[in-house]
Amino acid sequence: MNFKELAMASNKLASGHRSCAGCGFPSIVRTVMKATKKQIIVSCATGCLEVTTTIYPYTSWLTPFIHNAFENASATISGVEAAYKALKKKGKLRKDVKFLAIGGDGGTYDIGLQSLSGALERGQNFVYLCYDNEAYMNTGVQRSSATPRGANTTTTPAGKASFGKLEWKKELMQIAIAHGINYAAQASPHNLIDLYNKAEKAFNTKGPSILVVLSPCPLGWKSNTNMSVQIAKLAAETNFWPLYEYENGKYVLNYEPAKRKPIIEFFKTQGRFKHLLKNKKLLEEIQGKVDEKWSKLKKLCEEK
Amino acid sequence: MKKNYKQIPIGGMITKAGNSEEYKTGDWKSFKPERDEKKCTNCLICVNYCPENCIKVKNGKLNHFDLDYCKGCGICATECPFKAIVMELDTECEL
Repeated sequence: MNFKELAMASNKLASGHRSCAGCGFPSIVRTVMKATKKQIIVSCATGCLEVTTTIYPYTSWLTPFIHNAFENASATISGVEAAYKALKKKGKLRKDVKFLAIGGDGGTYDIGLQSLSGALERGQNFVYLCYDNEAYMNTGVQRSSATPRGANTTTTPAGKASFGKLEWKKELMQIAIAHGINYAAQASPHNLIDLYNKAEKAFNTKGPSILVVLSPCPLGWKSNTNMSVQIAKLAAETNFWPLYEYENGKYVLNYEPAKRKPIIEFFKTQGRFKHLLKNKKLLEEIQGKVDEKWSKLKKLCEEK
Repeated sequence: MKKNYKQIPIGGMITKAGNSEEYKTGDWKSFKPERDEKKCTNCLICVNYCPENCIKVKNGKLNHFDLDYCKGCGICATECPFKAIVMELDTECEL
């Protein structure tokens, strides 16, 4: 797959959706849905994606689409998949169908975690796509468990008393992998070919698989709209968002920067970290954590 | 788009998939992309990064920008490896 082929593949998310200029997820969702030629059924948790693509009386989806509450995208797709299996058994359906559940970080890391965990445990045959924009952007930038330490959000404001969010970001990949699933991958929208390959693998995996993709948000991250993809790239180059996959018990590192950039390069591009730039102690602490996570991941990838 | 009650489908259903194309988001922008055709190599990298899918391809080549949907984010101009796209102030937009 190269960029030319990817551009020519059939598109399943129409123009005219109302996500902000420079939003990260339209290209993520398009690329993921291009990765299979079979019919896809999408269930989408409440969140930016659902709100911006299905404003009545319009829909941007060129696939069957189910909107459900914040917490049950995986439960809904489980039901759809079970119904499909039953119909296929009775011979009423012959088509091969793929199932895709999509949630934001709020609908995955926090509110939808129990239904996701249930669906992963039951071994339902579906792909879960989490577009992680690191806060509840749809409702006005409230912190979520995916918000990184030090980020300024409306519920963890940075000021004299605090430096923003106090807690570290939750490790969704490790939680998903702990369910004993066959495929899990972390990807970024700056490398769409990598994302495509991972989505293709995920669709071809038997049983559940999960894709966790960083989705830059100009509104909540207080960045320039044209910089979205560059910020995602910096996240990978600073090891803040390593690109790796877990396939049948093995970790594979997909991208290793030749020279790791300091985390401040990533923070500089975004207004939500503006107050951190002078806080040397905290910067060192965050850098230490990023390096520690990276060396742990590298060890996992070297294991055979 | 205003419809009277006879034109609305029963149950207010949406009967056409992808009908958001009827909703033009083009008037959001203040900058519009301009392409330098001499520099453009038709690598189609911009097509994939465009969130609005408004860069149209014809016969494997970049054809035009669909300004009906372009929100003027400028990702195409930033991501173009040959600097063939420049964002220019959109002076035609209605106020």
